[in-house]
Amino acid sequence: MNHISRRKFLRISGFTVGAVAAASGIGPVLKGAKRINDKRIKGIQKIPTFCDVCFWKCGAIAYLNDGKLWKIEGNPEDPLSKGRLCPRGTGGIGAHFDPDRLRSPLIRTKARGKEEWKEVTWDEALDYIAVKMNKIKTQYGPEAVALFAHGIGGNFIKHTINAFGSQNFAAPSFSQCRGPRDVGFELTYGEAIGSPERTDIENSKCLVLIGSHLGENMHNSQVQEFAEAVQKDAVIIVVDPRFSVAASKAKYYLPIKPGTDIALLLAWMNVIVKEKLYDVDYVTKYGFGFEQFESEINDYTPEWAYPETGIDPDLIRLTAREMSKNKPSTLIHPGRHTSWYGDDAQRSRAIALINALMGSWGRKGGFFYPTKYSVPDYPYPAYPEFKKPKVDNPDKKYPFASEEITTGIRSATITGNPYPIKGWVVCATNLMNALPDQAETTKAIQNLDLMVVIDVIPSEIAGWADVVLPESVYLERYDDLHSSPFKEKFLGIRQPVVESPNDQKPNWWIAKKLADKLGVGNYFPWKDIEEYLEFRLTKIGSSLDELKKKGIIHGQKVPIFFEEGIEPKFDTPSGKIEFYSTQLQQAGFDPVPKYKKPEQPPPGYFRLLFGRSPVHSFSRTQSNRILMDMMEENEIWVNSDIAQKYGLKNAQHVKLKNQDGVVSNKIKVKVTERIRTDCVYMVHGFGHNSRMLKGAFGKGASDAQLITKYVNDPLMGGTGMNVNFVTFETEV
Amino acid sequence: MQELTTTRHNPFIDPFTSVWGWEIPVYLFLGGLVAGLMIITGYFILKGKHKNPDSIVHYVPFLSIIFLTIGMFTLFLDLNHKLFVWRLYTTFQITSPMSWGSWILLLVYPALIANILIDPPQILINTFNVVSKWSRVINSKESFMNNIGFLNIIFGILLGVYTGVLLSTMGARPLWNSSVLWLLFLVSGLSTAAAFGHMVAKDVDEREFLAKSDNIFLISEFVVIILMLVGLMSSSQAHIQSAQLLLGGPFTAPFWVFVVGMGIIVPLFIQLLAVNHKIKHTPVAPLLVITGGLVLRFVIVYAGQFSHYINAHFQ
Amino acid sequence: MARFGMVIDTRKCVGCMDCVVACKTENNVPEGYNRDWIVTTVNGKYPTLNLEIQSQRCNHCDNTPCVACCPTGASHIHDVGAVVLVEHNMCIGCKACLAACPYDARFIHPEGYADKCTFCIHRVEKGELPACVAVCPTHCMSFGDLDDPESDVSRLIVSRKNHQLLTEAGTSPRIYYLV
Repeated sequence: MNHISRRKFLRISGFTVGAVAAASGIGPVLKGAKRINDKRIKGIQKIPTFCDVCFWKCGAIAYLNDGKLWKIEGNPEDPLSKGRLCPRGTGGIGAHFDPDRLRSPLIRTKARGKEEWKEVTWDEALDYIAVKMNKIKTQYGPEAVALFAHGIGGNFIKHTINAFGSQNFAAPSFSQCRGPRDVGFELTYGEAIGSPERTDIENSKCLVLIGSHLGENMHNSQVQEFAEAVQKDAVIIVVDPRFSVAASKAKYYLPIKPGTDIALLLAWMNVIVKEKLYDVDYVTKYGFGFEQFESEINDYTPEWAYPETGIDPDLIRLTAREMSKNKPSTLIHPGRHTSWYGDDAQRSRAIALINALMGSWGRKGGFFYPTKYSVPDYPYPAYPEFKKPKVDNPDKKYPFASEEITTGIRSATITGNPYPIKGWVVCATNLMNALPDQAETTKAIQNLDLMVVIDVIPSEIAGWADVVLPESVYLERYDDLHSSPFKEKFLGIRQPVVESPNDQKPNWWIAKKLADKLGVGNYFPWKDIEEYLEFRLTKIGSSLDELKKKGIIHGQKVPIFFEEGIEPKFDTPSGKIEFYSTQLQQAGFDPVPKYKKPEQPPPGYFRLLFGRSPVHSFSRTQSNRILMDMMEENEIWVNSDIAQKYGLKNAQHVKLKNQDGVVSNKIKVKVTERIRTDCVYMVHGFGHNSRMLKGAFGKGASDAQLITKYVNDPLMGGTGMNVNFVTFETEV
Repeated sequence: MQELTTTRHNPFIDPFTSVWGWEIPVYLFLGGLVAGLMIITGYFILKGKHKNPDSIVHYVPFLSIIFLTIGMFTLFLDLNHKLFVWRLYTTFQITSPMSWGSWILLLVYPALIANILIDPPQILINTFNVVSKWSRVINSKESFMNNIGFLNIIFGILLGVYTGVLLSTMGARPLWNSSVLWLLFLVSGLSTAAAFGHMVAKDVDEREFLAKSDNIFLISEFVVIILMLVGLMSSSQAHIQSAQLLLGGPFTAPFWVFVVGMGIIVPLFIQLLAVNHKIKHTPVAPLLVITGGLVLRFVIVYAGQFSHYINAHFQ
Repeated sequence: MARFGMVIDTRKCVGCMDCVVACKTENNVPEGYNRDWIVTTVNGKYPTLNLEIQSQRCNHCDNTPCVACCPTGASHIHDVGAVVLVEHNMCIGCKACLAACPYDARFIHPEGYADKCTFCIHRVEKGELPACVAVCPTHCMSFGDLDDPESDVSRLIVSRKNHQLLTEAGTSPRIYYLV
């Protein structure tokens, strides 16, 4: 594994990198490569693992050719990828070869954010962190250290932080992404959607996508099932201010005015209820508060919705009937990134309710009941008692938050309330681009005594760290076992395919070593991760060897639909599907979703919308040279008529200025018919300003930079981010 | 409105084809010039002009071989896989004009050398012993001379035609895909060659003859250009659009100003005055013709690559 | 003799470029070069639009101007499946084939020879599908023998409306796009 000897030529202490990182990097790469060469195995080797370019975690098989990483394909045994990775997964090998990767631990030499570093040894870096963390512990208590993490890699670090005595942990995947949706569904059905989404798209006869751009977002299983639904001539209804790829496959495209989705949903429900188009048996049997619901939505006619949404009332009626015709295999997709306008949990609840009217929850072509391979946990000692409650949601300000709120930790860091946060450990999430309002994030960082970033690439957040720890990419490390809640039980393993080229370490090693330094090494009783994995796998009658060979093992088939024998049970206060929510009513919220007009852009401004590209994940893949070759910059989509009005030419560069005067990096204009005239659109994740991220630096613009404004969802603390308006600056 | 986007970004292919740079037009120009010179000197030999010691027959073939070699060198410069250039001569590909061309060049060289040997320059006599011997053999019989003249005409025509056929067989490039392109390049080769001869001729009658011939070639070239444009404009959409590159499109100015205006009309006017003894013969008109011939190759090669079946060029 | 071709369902294709990425890694296509690519065409006025996405590559035409113009025989028609290939060690890099291709499917590899899609003949000869076909998450691509009336590709061509690219260029291309 990781030999100490390899580190000696990497120790260039006191050498200032940053601007001259390339020069300092060349040596280690060549020497590292030579070492790997020594034990190269001739010919083709296939090593199963699972992908880490996004959170979907598809099973994969990596190929080595004469010991050199060649390509990666889907593992046919994997129910998620079914043997076919998405473009990011296929291009995942580029992460290993990325010349901009973090190479060795770095300690800051100048002010935070100046990106001036010295390379240090792991011991120096971890000692530095441990000393600071213990100092924070003495001064403020252990809970003053908070962890932000994303993905499976955070598991071990989280264990270390818990063992240290802090339970303050948050991931942007809740309040900046899927949180509102999960809360909306939980309030309705008593269960969240989860990840991967529990949607049975392949059997759906009518699929309704509200702002979901499947095909541009490449959540592998969903896209595969989407294509299958298209092939089976499922009726596709797409609601989006932008003519997405999915819209081009749709029978009905509803060019909705941004922010008015609830109005459309209410009108649909109105039609469905008035025309008795819903699944009467289902609703009678499983529904709670239908009569109150019925009277609440009585006035929301398509004619009422028309001026709000811009959607022709006839089209609203037609699509409602089309949905009903195909019930219960009518799936109104819950979406994933749903933190749009601050009323998102209620919008998601409205989506949940239409699904309930269709009777699609628990039915084929609707929502399945996921099953998961369960593996006993490793028997760790109990964590020390957490003396203070979590910091992110004091006094249950957001009563229905089901996970921790990132921006809650951030504001506690700024204000010191309910108690101070003095240390951040940020693992594999680029908070600068994930959280709204970058100024607030930097303000919080300036209040810290310790800021640690663990990542594979020098993201923007790494630029603000005191200590940067280079993590091995997924192809170079073991990780925790992977079992997703899905249509069938399966268990996957990630194992090293190639060695890390420099001084990068796997997160388990970092977590264990840091625990040792913090004096909580007893929480890691295992010697190394192989011992840990072997222990857990033995408990299920398998072995590390079996998993390493197969990559994936399957569990027994179980029913996942009501039709197959799932007991319809709903973990809500009423034990039923809550058309009328008493818990919302008691907490002072609308028990049935209500529509509120969204704020409109001032004259000359356009609502900034953002989304995904099929070839990039978040802001973490732009320097992957294979994926960069697919798309190296983003574009601002501008409607042709608007472009003509403002004299914008296709492919010309502009800067965007938002309502608060923040000006973006320059970005190429895409003059197109594929978007409304009141909004503009760009792919998220570009416009990097981390100087160490050479390949991606300054390419395209960052939506995150322009999202200075956000609206908190009063139910669960999500941050609605589609509330920013931009105008064009043509002087570039 | 139609929006067309591609993710392809291959060098020299996107956003539009530009695989051939300056080397190919220079080669095509020199090839055409040499072809014209061979035809003219061949004709002069058949007419017995070599008996006149001042005739261009005595020094132009040597210049021709230098021009052709420079052309071959620029062609070589254009190759991206230079070490494999010998592969041209291990095969003959009957459908490939370039293969024909490489073999034609092998025939052109002996014909030119034979032509040079009629009156080899002193430097060759001094360097190679056999030169004067062979020169004597050639000069010994009139039939040898006639054959040399005849071969120079034949191979000159082949060479001139080939430079046009090379491009016109490329169906993918509508501008080139014209059945008169070979004629255009041949006539243009003849006009530049006549202009060159006109410029360097020592004999007054020869100069007068070359100037008059050049006028005929220039008029023919103009007619062929018009015929080519008419042909393209009355063909498919892609061909019409390719012609529009020269008729209002990005290549209009260089084509009509340098090729037609300065390269044909103006020198034709000057030379008409000269042959009618209104003005003196100067190198101005020939230089304009030669420049026009060069620009013609550039315009055709660049605009031809630009011309395409896809009716919008990707941004 | 087999005559390999492809059928691509534009209704299922989402233009994700997985085919392009898979081609790159499978064939070590250098950075900045594409053997395959995605073309998107949009017609109409918002919101009444038509969008077609095509995964494009060498069409392995029946009538091959690239092979016809090659002076050395480097561009040739392979014995297996009549796939159009380039023998790198015979190519002089004259670029005639690049200019002759109406699809602009070829490019000069940084090592100097003309390069393009091979239909992954090295995979096909082992009984595998081309990398782009095998990876496609939407299963929108089919590959097979156009001369075999029983093959998937032949069946799709007769059962679904389809078009080829630039048939007016007279190349008889062997990639069919289902609409």
